[in-house]
Amino acid sequence: MVEISTTVGRLKLQNPTMLASGILGDSGDSLLRVARSGAGAVVTKSIGREPREGNPSPSLVELEHGLLNGIGLANPGIDNYRAEVEVALQGDVPVIGSVFAEDVEFYGPLARTMEVYGVQALELNLSCPHAEGLEEIAGDADLISQVTAEVKSAVKVPVFVKLSPNVRDIALLAQAAEEAGGDGIIAINTVKAMSILPEVAKPVLGQTMGGLSGPAIKPVGVRCVYQIYEAVDIPLVGVGGVANGLDAVEYIMAGARAVQIGSGIHYRGLEVFEAVCREIEAFMEEHGYRRLEEMVGIAHE
Amino acid sequence: MPTSRLHSVILDKVMEEASHTKSFSFREEFPVRPGQFIMVWIPGVEEVPMALSQLGPVKAITAKNVGSSTEALHKFKEGDRIGVRGPYGNSFDLSQEHYLVAAGGTGIASVIAASEALAEAGKKVVTVFGAKTKEDLILLERSRKYGEVFIATDDGSVGYHGVVSDLALKLMEDRRFDGVLACGPEKMLQTLEGICRQRDVEIQVSMERFMRCGIGLCGSCSLDHYLVCRDGPIFKGEQLVGLRDFGHYRRDRAGRRVPM
Repeated sequence: MVEISTTVGRLKLQNPTMLASGILGDSGDSLLRVARSGAGAVVTKSIGREPREGNPSPSLVELEHGLLNGIGLANPGIDNYRAEVEVALQGDVPVIGSVFAEDVEFYGPLARTMEVYGVQALELNLSCPHAEGLEEIAGDADLISQVTAEVKSAVKVPVFVKLSPNVRDIALLAQAAEEAGGDGIIAINTVKAMSILPEVAKPVLGQTMGGLSGPAIKPVGVRCVYQIYEAVDIPLVGVGGVANGLDAVEYIMAGARAVQIGSGIHYRGLEVFEAVCREIEAFMEEHGYRRLEEMVGIAHE
Repeated sequence: MPTSRLHSVILDKVMEEASHTKSFSFREEFPVRPGQFIMVWIPGVEEVPMALSQLGPVKAITAKNVGSSTEALHKFKEGDRIGVRGPYGNSFDLSQEHYLVAAGGTGIASVIAASEALAEAGKKVVTVFGAKTKEDLILLERSRKYGEVFIATDDGSVGYHGVVSDLALKLMEDRRFDGVLACGPEKMLQTLEGICRQRDVEIQVSMERFMRCGIGLCGSCSLDHYLVCRDGPIFKGEQLVGLRDFGHYRRDRAGRRVPM
């Protein structure tokens, strides 16, 4: 028997898979369903101060090697989200509250409210590539540091900072989050991208540009996690193109202690969480690893 | 290219069904079952989920001019291109012999392909079609090709003066149906579900919710723990009974659960 339970700082997980933010996270019922499908933790949709309708459609389309989305942070707003968290918490796996704001000063109160709703950790979305305002924070070490410090002083639960790959030096930004007290790094958010439908000569997404996820971005994510692992001591969570056990193992060997899955649900259904766990176990058995921990960052040795 | 990816099709014909409703046909071969839907992109405007009102080598969508996207679509002419992706979702189970098809307004566009498939398989179809007024009756001639059609209008301008669920109940009291297929306003579906449960007749309804991705990822179309795009759009009565949302709540574009 191999052991795939893991920890991300103070957060204990029965298995290393988490639902990535932005997927199925509007409703508590959906989060609960994902939890019961075998995810080790679920991350809520990124919630802001006010209800937000998001970008004009099309806002999610399938491309050759991934998904392109420009949902634009549609969300019901923090005041309407309490009931959803309460339902999600019935799943007996950690619920991680994702928050975003247009200004640094709003992150603290939002995070505090999420904590009051009962989430076991926070994820700071500093990097959505298809929402105005956030890109500014995503690439700025000072702003990341300010937001992290602000939230750290507002809550007691662990605070994870989600980083964008659409930056010059992601490791530097991870260091800024660590120095400001961040309890972990989640990498990566989607890769800024666009697609055009030639016959109609128009960008496909209603918002023109959006974020690419899925198999196409896995090597980018693995690279980012690898670089961040060398730069910080806080735990990492890998995200981007995980759909099978070997994808997860790549991230773990690059330095992640857990992985998030979003687009993978498209390719394999909600069974993806269970399947990835079984495949990680099979890999570990075949290669003589007993505990998941033994593989974390092993590619650096 | 797999048809599930967004691609464009050329409109073959634009047909006026009523002063406010048009059907748009295009030629494309792809496997699709009655009840499934496609995402239709009106380039430069918006993307919306729509039932295919016609299957086979020539496919069609039928749209009432009710908002900015359908208004834009109504300006499209033969030879213009629209974007489509799909088909998505599940389909009607048509394994029984004798069906009552109940449609409210443009809901007829979501069930008429099922009527056609049933008729082609030599099964018996009775359609009960409800609308506000005479002017709203669409796809009537086609429906009559597949079986008997009974009409209800809210204003009594034609047929039964009253709602479609009342007329459906009268028919069910006179005849035995193996199953009911329904699409229309949710209150109508809710009433029909109750009638069918009481009479122990299986009902399948085609549900509508605001959709973004159509492929079970964004969660916009949540109906309790179901996703209408992936688990539906066709639901059996037994799946819907007891849901907190069915007939009561929908989610708006921001994902807020709001009363209907």
